[in-house]
Amino acid sequence: MSHHIVEVTKLRHVYPDGTEALRGVSFRITHGESVAIIGANGAGKSTLLLHLNGHLVPSEGSIRIGDYPLTRTTLPEIRRTVGMVFQNPDDQLFMPTVYDDVAFGPLNLGIPREEVEQRVLDALERVGAGHVRNKAPYHLSGGEKKRVAIATVLSMSPDILVMDEPTSGLDPCARRQLMQLLKEFHHTKIFTSHDLDMVLDVCERTIVLHEGEVRADGPTREIFADERLLLECRLEKPLSMQGCPVCGTASRR
Amino acid sequence: MARIDAASLDITQLDRLALGDTFLHRLDPRAKVLVTAVFIIAVVSYGKYEVTALVPFVLYPAVMLAQGRIPFRVIARKAVFVLPFALAIGIFNPFFDREILVRLGPLSINAGWVSCAAIVARSLLTVAAAIILVAVTGFPSVCWALERLGMPRTFAVQLLFLYRYIFVLVEEGRNASRARELRSAGKRTMGMSTFVSLIGHLLLRTWERAERIHRAMLARGFTGEFHARREFRFTGTDLLFLLGWSSLFMVMRYWNVSRIFGNLVTGIFR
Repeated sequence: MSHHIVEVTKLRHVYPDGTEALRGVSFRITHGESVAIIGANGAGKSTLLLHLNGHLVPSEGSIRIGDYPLTRTTLPEIRRTVGMVFQNPDDQLFMPTVYDDVAFGPLNLGIPREEVEQRVLDALERVGAGHVRNKAPYHLSGGEKKRVAIATVLSMSPDILVMDEPTSGLDPCARRQLMQLLKEFHHTKIFTSHDLDMVLDVCERTIVLHEGEVRADGPTREIFADERLLLECRLEKPLSMQGCPVCGTASRR
Repeated sequence: MARIDAASLDITQLDRLALGDTFLHRLDPRAKVLVTAVFIIAVVSYGKYEVTALVPFVLYPAVMLAQGRIPFRVIARKAVFVLPFALAIGIFNPFFDREILVRLGPLSINAGWVSCAAIVARSLLTVAAAIILVAVTGFPSVCWALERLGMPRTFAVQLLFLYRYIFVLVEEGRNASRARELRSAGKRTMGMSTFVSLIGHLLLRTWERAERIHRAMLARGFTGEFHARREFRFTGTDLLFLLGWSSLFMVMRYWNVSRIFGNLVTGIFR
């Protein structure tokens, strides 16, 4: 099952205005891993994600998704393999109804209509949004939009799920439900997030980006235990790992 | 600001209406597009003093509204939007074209008023027909039909994007305008410089937003082709719908039905 692998080698990206957003990033994510990419604002997280399905072209270095190197010819296949959920669901949902939106990807792949219908229903069921399928996306709540945005990608049956800030803008309950949902997926998962408690809960591995470089890469708990590292990268321990503000005792770890 | 909000709601309302499942909704979009085209051509082709002959054409929007279960108010509200434009074109006619055309006892109506009325009537009818088309078909299907009827795909996709991005523009515009309102201490008008920079920002913001949406589309395999919600096949029913309405429009165009009807009625009473 080599096609769930993401391999980034010495990736460097320079924007047209001369900003060097990525300076030689390398990592390898294998099948079924759940990985968080964290870092301060401007550390290069979004730039990195945009490379993973070919929206940005590397200035140097290479990317391999599964069996293919990312090139112009492999792009369609790679975009099917890598399901990308953007930060703002409003950018992702653009069709008149939820159903149309979830069907958009499979129809583009040329899947027969009967199967598309099944896929749409399955995907919506999976994220618990079956009841809104005939609604217009702009009538949904933030949490519902996020779920539908995930469904639009699931309906293409990707092997790798990439999400930019999955929990941003959600209320605590919707956030909790989403995290539960994410844990149930057996895809290879890559998230960027500032929600470090979510990272601690959902991802076993964390990559820390700092000024366009990989500053650390390892088990999430170890990364969050290294206070100096976190401070240097403008991060901090997840709240659940910090002491209790009322009774003063440390909670987990 | 309420007006921008209302306008965007209006558009989404058309989208919702298009989700209906009546006989009209199930027809092939091509049939509906063609009927609308024939209707518009027939209505527009009248001479400038023709008002009475237009009256029977009201039949088409009326039947479509009833059959498509579309509330009259929705269409009326939108059609009224063109009224100012139509009036702006026709309003000077009464002053330039003073020849007396109709006499009703002591009241004489000059040709200018008649041609003005004709302009307004024609614009209302054609706009209503176009709006009804979108309401019973849905915009993506209309574009699909146009493409199938021979419009280059680039134009069809362009049209679709135009429609989709109206929402983006409205939303960004609303946010910008709200932000300005909140800091303008109750002043209702904005200076030229504020306006210019607001519009500039709006352009850049919608641009970025559009780019993000485009990325999301590419990520889901978009290749420049939009797929309609249903698969349509041009059936006998569609053909019947097309031929039926078209021939009715032809009949109404070549024989002044109102006059015939009028003569008939006056004939009976004589």
